[in-house]
Amino acid sequence: MQTDRADILEAPFENLQQQRETSALGMWVFLCTEIMFFGALFLAYCEYRHLHPQSFAAASSRLNWLLGCANTVVLLSSSLTVALAVRAASLGRAGTMRLFLYMTVVLGVAFLIIKGFEYRADYQEGLIPGASFTYASSLPNVQPREVEMFFMLYFIMTGVHATHMIIGIAAFIILIVLSRRNKLSEQTIENAGLYWHFVDVIWIFLFPLLYLAGHR
Amino acid sequence: MSQEIASIRSYLLVFAGLLALLGATVAASFIELGNWALPVAMGVACTKAFLVAAFFMHLNKSTSLIRLVACAGLFWLGILLMLAMSDVLTRM
Repeated sequence: MQTDRADILEAPFENLQQQRETSALGMWVFLCTEIMFFGALFLAYCEYRHLHPQSFAAASSRLNWLLGCANTVVLLSSSLTVALAVRAASLGRAGTMRLFLYMTVVLGVAFLIIKGFEYRADYQEGLIPGASFTYASSLPNVQPREVEMFFMLYFIMTGVHATHMIIGIAAFIILIVLSRRNKLSEQTIENAGLYWHFVDVIWIFLFPLLYLAGHR
Repeated sequence: MSQEIASIRSYLLVFAGLLALLGATVAASFIELGNWALPVAMGVACTKAFLVAAFFMHLNKSTSLIRLVACAGLFWLGILLMLAMSDVLTRM
């Protein structure tokens, strides 16, 4: 059983309860540093949106909200499968846990594929910031340079988020392999789950800020 | 973190709640809310984040120490956003 390792009490802990709490605490401290990491990007977004509200609304309208919405459903579903995987691990059901982890990996990859199609469409429409950025504005309050700033933030924020997802998918694949070799502890899968849910929470804020800020 | 294990049903209920809130935020974006659009969207997003943190991340069954660390993260994020935005909102 994969839970055998979870029952090993290691120094310097007095009991398993304390060992589990310490492990979760360490993960939460790491997630706090991640909050500040993404927080700086959200702050930059807030400032520029406040300074250029019309341009940001026009830029947001250029994104495909339907694909963004589909990706939100995919990511929320993957959070559910991770929660169920962690639950199965707590119950000592290694096979069920791996099944849910496989589903999570598939959903994670599906998210990245949809994101890839979005990036391709953005490229074809000339929305990548830089020399090839082409955006013609018909409205007086919408400046191409300000729209470019929105897309700068869009690509950095979604890019950093996607990087986190790639790391998470890789982590789950490693955990599946470890579990097959009976070398996976319950704490490890718990912590990987916390990381994945955190990445989900980031997207929960990215979706309305980036995709739903425009006019209909 | 306690050893209590939540039921599959409770996880499915939270998931249904998250999907309902997603529908709500998309629907709200089609209504002309003016200055209220951003507060409404962020309110829904915060509710979704709360659901994920409380039930999927097990904060509802965590020790107070872990809850304190989670709140500390939000508190410092608040400092970052509020102090920086107070400048932008009042001076520029």
